[in-house]
Amino acid sequence: MPKIIVEIMPKQDLLDPQGKAVANALKRAGNSEIDATRIGKRIELHYKEQPTEEDLEKAKELAKDFLSNSVIEDVVDVYIEDQN
Amino acid sequence: MKIGVITYPGTLDDRDAQRAIKLAGATPVPLWHASDDLKGIDAVVLPGGFSYGDYLRCGAIAAQAPATKEVIIKAEKGLPILGICNGFQVLVEAHLLPGGLIRNEKQHFVCRDQRLRVENSDTRWTGMFSENEEITIPLKNGEGGYIADDETLKYLEDENLIAFRYLDVNPNGSMNEIAGLSNKQGNIVGLMPHPEHAVEPGFGPDTPIATRSGIDGLRFFQSVIGQVVG
Repeated sequence: MPKIIVEIMPKQDLLDPQGKAVANALKRAGNSEIDATRIGKRIELHYKEQPTEEDLEKAKELAKDFLSNSVIEDVVDVYIEDQN
Repeated sequence: MKIGVITYPGTLDDRDAQRAIKLAGATPVPLWHASDDLKGIDAVVLPGGFSYGDYLRCGAIAAQAPATKEVIIKAEKGLPILGICNGFQVLVEAHLLPGGLIRNEKQHFVCRDQRLRVENSDTRWTGMFSENEEITIPLKNGEGGYIADDETLKYLEDENLIAFRYLDVNPNGSMNEIAGLSNKQGNIVGLMPHPEHAVEPGFGPDTPIATRSGIDGLRFFQSVIGQVVG
């Protein structure tokens, strides 16, 4: 299935309680080399046909306007997934 | 006077909001998220709950619903809009109010009778409060931490758009103790606490006079009735 991938992360300067809880658990489990964890989202947009550059531009708009909230999140990347 | 209450999939407090509207003396009009027919309402409440299971972000999908889109259009024309808890999150996601709401600082779901200070009694939903009045309204949320950038916070403070601030404790880590906001025109108010749960003696928060006798929430609804009719 041809896909466009949207990657979203909570803003760097924002507390990420989920990531903090996971980092604490990782440390407790003995992974002392891991200092912190931050958890974001990967959203897959599936297409019937191979997405075009136009589809990509539209996906970028959707990522900015609906899939993320710029007050609390950053869109890290929007890209067409390589089929191979 | 007709006050609409939008029900989204996952909304919980629509019936409580309808009941509060009735107790305040207006006619509640149930509205369905998938219809853009607002049925000639004079004001609207976006109630609390977990619309669309809080998928994507709290309130994000509800902000795209046909009923909400219609509310956004009417907002510019001055339709009084009250967003309660999840409804506040919808208003923020719909860009009708600035900033964002994130998971509570301590990660716990908080449920308590919360003291608030009314900081702005010059809105359609707070006209019956006096400035700096202290009220008690039940609060119950998991993602009620209000955040905004410095510029937005300054704007909110300078323009006196912070309608309510938390007193005693900051239950969710909200910046500047913000419990609720209004827009500049004063027709839109959003807050995390639930006024519709403090409208009937015997079912509200405790007061010094008697247990469960708090009805500070009633005046939200009476305010909009008074101001629209009068």
